[in-house]
Amino acid sequence: MTDVTMTVNGTARSAPAEGRTLLVDWLRDGLHLTGTHVGCDTSQCGACVVHLDGAPVKACTVLAQEVEGAEITTIEGMAAPDGTLGKVQAAFQEHHGLQCGFCTSGMVMAAAALLEENPTPTEEEVRHYLEGNICRCTGYHNIVKSVLAASGQSVEPVAG
Amino acid sequence: MYPFDLTRPKTIADAVAALADEDAQALGGGQTLLPTMKARLAQMDRLVALSGIPEIRGICRDDAGRVCIGGGTPHAEVARGCVDSYPALAALAGRIGDPAVRTRGTIGGSLANNDPSACYPAAVLASDATVVTNAREIAADDFFDGMFATDLEEGEIITEVRFPVPQAAAYEKFLQPASRFALVGVYVARFTDGVRVAVTGASGDGVFRWSEAEDALSSDFSAAALSGLADLDAEEMISDVHGSGTYRAHLVRVMTARAVAAAS
Repeated sequence: MTDVTMTVNGTARSAPAEGRTLLVDWLRDGLHLTGTHVGCDTSQCGACVVHLDGAPVKACTVLAQEVEGAEITTIEGMAAPDGTLGKVQAAFQEHHGLQCGFCTSGMVMAAAALLEENPTPTEEEVRHYLEGNICRCTGYHNIVKSVLAASGQSVEPVAG
Repeated sequence: MYPFDLTRPKTIADAVAALADEDAQALGGGQTLLPTMKARLAQMDRLVALSGIPEIRGICRDDAGRVCIGGGTPHAEVARGCVDSYPALAALAGRIGDPAVRTRGTIGGSLANNDPSACYPAAVLASDATVVTNAREIAADDFFDGMFATDLEEGEIITEVRFPVPQAAAYEKFLQPASRFALVGVYVARFTDGVRVAVTGASGDGVFRWSEAEDALSSDFSAAALSGLADLDAEEMISDVHGSGTYRAHLVRVMTARAVAAAS
């Protein structure tokens, strides 16, 4: 075990890691940032997506020691310090993009990465970009709607 | 995963020295090797991570006009960085896996692994690229050596891949939707002295050149030129739950025609 330090959500954080320790386990077990989920643990589902130096990665398929010194943003870093939700999070709440919630942190992180790269994506571009993020409960309709809303484009409100 | 030691060399020389240990294995972006180790299909005592070596990362043009990509360059960087210099290659890189995989996965890692359904081998073979290692230069026609096998020696590292830029080129991939690998992918590259056609995903021997299509397209670069060709042998194609050998043989023709149309 060696201590590994990264800048996580803007703050320097350290926790021990073995060679085999995955970034997602370092975040969850080492820093107790449990908002990043482990879904499939095989890099298929995207529940563990975080930003590594500004780009999306599957934290279950990155070794913690390998990214020593990196800047990491997790779902916990998406809201303001006073708890005000970030724009992607707020859109997910408004448009029922959050369903059972398991895939949501990965979806929000992937969506935020998309909007950095492409501020006003088409619906097709949103669906294509999210192909590495899997929802297994109710489907993608409201998730896609939430991302489009977060980009400032008008979408049909959710009934009721 | 079972425990292993991880080393992070900063130079090619240090990486080569670390890989001289017979229990050591190079780690590219880890998007294949780490899941394989987690599934306990592979076990390593020592991984030598290549991600901290700046000299094998980046994209440039050489004096011969070739697009030269460092072996440690992630797919996302190729997708962004080759849009103007080699658009067909940029498009291929931008469709590997998903965005998060493309942040980490590297061209050198993909080629060294030579998955029979990977995209990059088709681009390298069709473009007649040169694979450069710490020790030598390997022509694409000599590099691929069957499923998950290459001409690389133990401990040899891909430092760069040099792509001649064709007059026209396109890659068409029929997606296996669960894995996002190619069920069949065809890369067509038209040069002044002829056309090269490389097929991935279809054959149990990995990527291959469809020489009959190359001959036909070299005299008539149109999808119609493919119609007179005999079907590829279904017995030599991969046959699995996702598609039979006959289906894949058919897809090779269809995807080749689409690639020709896209490159025209």
